[in-house]
Amino acid sequence: MADEKRVIVVGGGLAGLAASVRVAEAGVPVDLFSMVPVKRSHSVCAQGGINACNEVARQQGYSEYQHFDETLIGGDFLNDQHPVLEMANWAPKIIDLLDRMGVPFNRSSEGFRDLRLFGGSLFKRTHFAGATTGQQLLYALDEQTRRFAAEGKVNKMEFWEFLWPITEGEGEDKRCVGIVAQDMRTMQIRSFRADAVVMATGGCGLVFGKSTNSIICTGGAASRCYQAGAWYGNPEMIQVHPTAIPGADKCRLMSESARGEGGRVWVPKKKGDTRRPTDIPENERYYILEERYPKYGNLVPRDIATREIFDVCVNEGMGINGTNQVYLDLTHRDPEYLTQKLGGIMDIYEKFVGDDPRYTPMRIFPAVHYSMGGLWTTYTPGDYQPDSPLGEHKPGNPIPIDAQPGHGLTIGAHNNAMTNISGLYAFGEVNFAYHGATRLGANALLSCIFDGLCNGVSVVNYVREGVDTPASEIPQTVYDQAEKSEQEKHDKIMGSVNTGKGDQSLNPYQIANELGEEMNAASTVVKTGPRLEKCLAKLDELWDRYNRMELGDGAMWTNQSLSFARSVGDMIILGEAIAKAGLLREESRGSHYRTDFPERDDEKFWKASVAKFNSETNRSDIEFMPVKAGLVKLRPRNYGKVDSGTNKEKIPPKPVAEAKA
Amino acid sequence: MSDAEAHAYDADMRRANRKKAVEGRSVIFKIKRCDGPGKPSRWESFKVPVEQGANVISSLKLIAAKPITTDGTKTTPVVWDSGCLEEVCGACTMVINGRVRQSCSCLIDEYAPLEGDVITLEPMSKFPVIRDLWVDRDRLFHALTRVKAWVPIDGTYNMGAGPKESPDHQQMRYALSECMSCGCCLEACPQYTKEDEPEKWDTSFVGAHAISQARLFNEHGTGKRLKGDRYDALSGPGGVSDCGNAQNCVKVCPKGIPLTESIGAVGRGTTVHAIKRFFEGKK
Repeated sequence: MADEKRVIVVGGGLAGLAASVRVAEAGVPVDLFSMVPVKRSHSVCAQGGINACNEVARQQGYSEYQHFDETLIGGDFLNDQHPVLEMANWAPKIIDLLDRMGVPFNRSSEGFRDLRLFGGSLFKRTHFAGATTGQQLLYALDEQTRRFAAEGKVNKMEFWEFLWPITEGEGEDKRCVGIVAQDMRTMQIRSFRADAVVMATGGCGLVFGKSTNSIICTGGAASRCYQAGAWYGNPEMIQVHPTAIPGADKCRLMSESARGEGGRVWVPKKKGDTRRPTDIPENERYYILEERYPKYGNLVPRDIATREIFDVCVNEGMGINGTNQVYLDLTHRDPEYLTQKLGGIMDIYEKFVGDDPRYTPMRIFPAVHYSMGGLWTTYTPGDYQPDSPLGEHKPGNPIPIDAQPGHGLTIGAHNNAMTNISGLYAFGEVNFAYHGATRLGANALLSCIFDGLCNGVSVVNYVREGVDTPASEIPQTVYDQAEKSEQEKHDKIMGSVNTGKGDQSLNPYQIANELGEEMNAASTVVKTGPRLEKCLAKLDELWDRYNRMELGDGAMWTNQSLSFARSVGDMIILGEAIAKAGLLREESRGSHYRTDFPERDDEKFWKASVAKFNSETNRSDIEFMPVKAGLVKLRPRNYGKVDSGTNKEKIPPKPVAEAKA
Repeated sequence: MSDAEAHAYDADMRRANRKKAVEGRSVIFKIKRCDGPGKPSRWESFKVPVEQGANVISSLKLIAAKPITTDGTKTTPVVWDSGCLEEVCGACTMVINGRVRQSCSCLIDEYAPLEGDVITLEPMSKFPVIRDLWVDRDRLFHALTRVKAWVPIDGTYNMGAGPKESPDHQQMRYALSECMSCGCCLEACPQYTKEDEPEKWDTSFVGAHAISQARLFNEHGTGKRLKGDRYDALSGPGGVSDCGNAQNCVKVCPKGIPLTESIGAVGRGTTVHAIKRFFEGKK
């Protein structure tokens, strides 16, 4: 009997490609939708590496369980615990698979895979391919997808933009049966049938204007699912990376390894000092992190480094020449050593800024980097269910559970990584489950590929066993209706061309700029209740202007302005959920820092914030739902507190293993 | 001048330009525009203020927000392809002042340091234009299928590690594996000509990037199982022997991939392969 069931995957980054390969391999045909040729997806930008327990670390007392424990404390316990356990257990096997696919992982002299040290661990557990690990992993999966496409098992739909999930039924019975998408070249809008839809659409950095994200990372696809009834978890949890190169078009990441190799962060002591940095003597420099945190110096974790740099520039106005920039200085190191260790990122800086960081201090500032929050997902826990949650795991102690598959999640359960809408899945960065309130470095690539490989099996089982009426038998009217509704939205935006008098405040690019500025100012590094309330009022105003927007391009062919304008509305809607959840979470946890509520409040807020879209008001309703835990006990995240003068903040959480060193 | 010397000279020129860049200036973007396939091309000029650290992408964004030409005519925003803006995705490739490169890493201070300097932008000429600066590079990706640029693994289930590899060999593969399919090597190649009909893609010149990818996978422990298929694909019309040895590809490659070495290696490989086939009596 011919298997007529099909799966749609939206997004061709690591998560989407891993899912496509896994589902196609099981014999279910895949239609893979992407706004760009999949080889150009944002996963290419990842630099550092991918974490996994390995034999060397294991012999020193490390384990998959320790990796799991590190990820939870890193996320300040806002992670869903069971999928994190399963992910850590799969990690070494995922590295083996990537190795078999031909990823050029760096090698030891004997020919084994080399390892590097990364934040959050005492053990070398990060595998890497030069300074472009994300690119190399993406290419390996792109090549496997190309192979399946050549065999007719994956049908790539590149330059197609996802517009809406098509659902059937109401309430409990509501399920996803396809999507509406638009060809970005011909502008044709049409519906596609599928028995399951996997969203693998990444993060939403562009809501904040300039970020380290690619220009396609608007969060538009996630926002559309959210508007169609999918819940959005922990929207306020946004990671701001301390060191990025501010640019006119985006902020380019400057890897944490620059500080690992001795980089020092400083500003001139004299405000508005216009001398060249190399002319400013040592005693006239303010080494921000070393003076405020003598114990950890420049190697404080990401969230604290980000907050201090922000504080010095924004609150104290001590940024370089009054700008929001500080120096990241490596000039005291031997240039040849720098080339050897940091060649890749040295080149990026030189290419885009024009100065050679071996001789001139780099100018950096924090930038929005990663969305821990995303579409809310559920799962079926595995067979590891301790009588009571365990405390901190110490290296070398007996591990409570081995690393066989099935302990964290029930492998292949239909609902693993499924949203609250049956048949609609969320994989990778757009899945909120893994990283809680802060993501550890080199865990992102892992969670993307893990979702695709592990939960891809769930998708296959769901379409084979969990679907009573195949999508091919759903009445055509369901699809026609969805298509018509999207066509109407499209026509409404197109109808705005040249209606007005060229009012610049109604230009979609202008609205997006103001959105980015406002979100950056109110809802990133340091948040307060009043500022977030002001932000929500500004979003109201932007929403009003958006609805009166005037499009600048009336072409019926390859109209990029239309695509961008449409996503501006989606970004405002997502921005509202981000700001409102941040306002209601009256505590500080991980990346979410409220000066008016500086402590973590487990009693009230050891909970996921879940945004549900209210289509009457076009605003979010936020609920707080218990974190899915039970494996590991809560514990404080403040070690080695140091009081240093004006700074009242507690020392941030050092990951367990490192703090014990 | 050797390639390396030429690169160093280029870098010196750009650095010198940056030093004389005038603050608060405006520059002129002269852009070749086209509304769609089969439509005529036209030139439009825009005066754009230069922000600190401005590059071609940030300038195109300013034009999009206010699409008015130098003679005061209101026009549509320019269409272009882009992605990561870090020169690692390959999307934003175009011809700038006559030379193919990524537009994200093209700093205005280097290319137009003085008030009123002109920067011309054109789409790549070897691919069909979709609109304005955006071209359809399907053929480029098709070539990767043509040479089976993948490792034929048994499946995605856990079966242990891949082959061991020396660090030197890894470094060699890594250099080839940095190819981001941008198409610079094809734009600069005299043998690679525009071909709009997909039926002819399998017999027209495959291009340096695909030959280099064939070498990459021939060099992998498992990937080399398809060596014969790759040499077959590269032996016929449009294969490696179509290369005219102009060596432009290696000069314009933004990642410094040793493309001519790859062409040499694959050329020798196909010859040996053909002789073997002859003695095996397989034509």
